[in-house]
Amino acid sequence: MIAVIDYKAGNLTSVVKALTYLGAQTQVTQDAEVVREASKIVLPGVGHFQATALLQELGITEGVREAVARGAEFLGVCVGLQWLFAGSTEAPETAGLGHFAGICERFPAVYEGAELKSPHVGWNSLDTVREGSRLLKGVEPGGFVYYTHSWRAPVVHDTASVTHYGGAFTGVVERGNVMGVQFHPEKSAEVGLRVLKNFVEL
Amino acid sequence: MLTKRIIACLDVRGGRVVKGVQFVDIVDAGDPAELAHRHAKAGADEIVLLDITATHEGRGTLIDTVKRTAATLFVPFTVGGGVRSAEDAAAVFDAGADKVSINSAAIARPELIGEIGASFGAQAVIVAIDARRGVHGVEDAEVYVSGGRKATGLRVVDWAREAEARGAGEILLTSMDTDGMRNGFDCELTAAVSSAVQIPVIASGGAGSAAHFAEVFGRGKADAALAASIFHFGVTDSRELKAELLRAGVSVRLPC
Repeated sequence: MIAVIDYKAGNLTSVVKALTYLGAQTQVTQDAEVVREASKIVLPGVGHFQATALLQELGITEGVREAVARGAEFLGVCVGLQWLFAGSTEAPETAGLGHFAGICERFPAVYEGAELKSPHVGWNSLDTVREGSRLLKGVEPGGFVYYTHSWRAPVVHDTASVTHYGGAFTGVVERGNVMGVQFHPEKSAEVGLRVLKNFVEL
Repeated sequence: MLTKRIIACLDVRGGRVVKGVQFVDIVDAGDPAELAHRHAKAGADEIVLLDITATHEGRGTLIDTVKRTAATLFVPFTVGGGVRSAEDAAAVFDAGADKVSINSAAIARPELIGEIGASFGAQAVIVAIDARRGVHGVEDAEVYVSGGRKATGLRVVDWAREAEARGAGEILLTSMDTDGMRNGFDCELTAAVSSAVQIPVIASGGAGSAAHFAEVFGRGKADAALAASIFHFGVTDSRELKAELLRAGVSVRLPC
C-alpha cells in the first residue's frame, strides 16, 4: 500500500492513475497516522511551495520523519522533491523537511547573456544517472522526462540525476529510502513509468 | 537539453475526432482514445483534445471521452472546449486531464485564468488564442472567439500579455489564416507573441511538413507546435517528423 499525501496542491489523479496502472495499491490521505504507519509514501504536488505549510499543520511532516526513520520508502514529486530540501525562495517563511541541504530558487531570467523563459516546461534530458540509484535502475543517461516548474533544487551530494536549463539543477535526488523527482514521472512516458515501477517494486 | 514539443491535437465533435479546414468542412478522423494512444506511441510529446463544438452549442466537455482517453495515457494531456468555470475545469482534471485550455471563457471573464490557477497551478492553465491578421498584418492581428466566428477587437499580443499577467501557464496560438491549409505556420505572428511573453507559446495552424515545424521553432520562436490534420490520415507521424527535425538540427525527444 502506498500512501499518497493529499495536501490540496493540485491534481492527484494522474499520479494515482499511474501507480494503479503499475499494479500498486494506493491510499490518498491527509491523515498523519496513515502516513506514520505507511511502508511507502508518495508526496505529489504541482503548485506553490506555500501549499506545503499544510503538511506541518496536519502533523504530516512529523509523520513522514517517523516513517522515514523507520525505513519507509519516500518519493516526492515536483514540489514534493523541493519540500525535501531546507526551503524555497517561493515561500521563504515555509520550511521544507530539510532532509537535503540547500534552498530551491527560481530560474534566472537571464542565463549566459540570453533571456531564459520560465517556467521550464517540456521534455528535458536526465543528463547524468548515478550508478547504483535504485530509483533510476534501467534508466539511461539522456532519457527524456517531462518538467513543468519555475523553481528548482540545487545540485547536492545526493543528487542522482542532473538536468540542465539555465544551468544544472537536481532532476532526481536519492539517499537511502528518501527520493525525489523534479519531473512528472506520471507524464513522462516510458522513462517515467520505469521510475515509478522501480519505486513500486522497492 | 530542453526539446521542442510536438503536440498532437484531436478536435472532437460528438465523441469523434474530426478535422476541418479554416474551422469548417468537417470530416471524421476516428476515435479519440485510440488516436491519442497511437500518437503517444508514435512519439507525440503531448496530446490536446479540443471539443470544438462545446462553445457555440453550449455543451459541456465530453467528460467520458476524457476519462477514456486519459486512462492509460502517460504524456501530458490537455482538454479544451466548454470549460467556462473553475468547476468545469475541476471536472476535467478529475477525469484525468493535466491542463485545460480556455478560450472564449477567458475573454468573457479573464479572472477565470487566475481562478483555475489558484486551485490547480498555473502550469495547468493554457489560454488558447484564435488569431487572424488585420489589414496591417501581424501588427493588428485580432483575437476571435466562439470557434473563430466572433471578432473581439483585442490585439493578439495585448491579450497574450494580459493572459500571462493573470497567471496563464502557456499560450496556444492558432492562426486562423493558416489553419488547415498545410502551407506552414504563421511564423511572424508566433514570433511576435513569443517575444512578448515569458511563458511557452504553442504554435498552431498550418502544419504540412517537417520543414514547417523547423521554421516555426526557429524563426517563429515557438516552444511547441501543434498539428492535427497531418497526423490523422497517415501523412506522417511524430516519429518520422522528429527524425526529420533532428536532421534539420532541431532538438526533439525521440521515443524509446
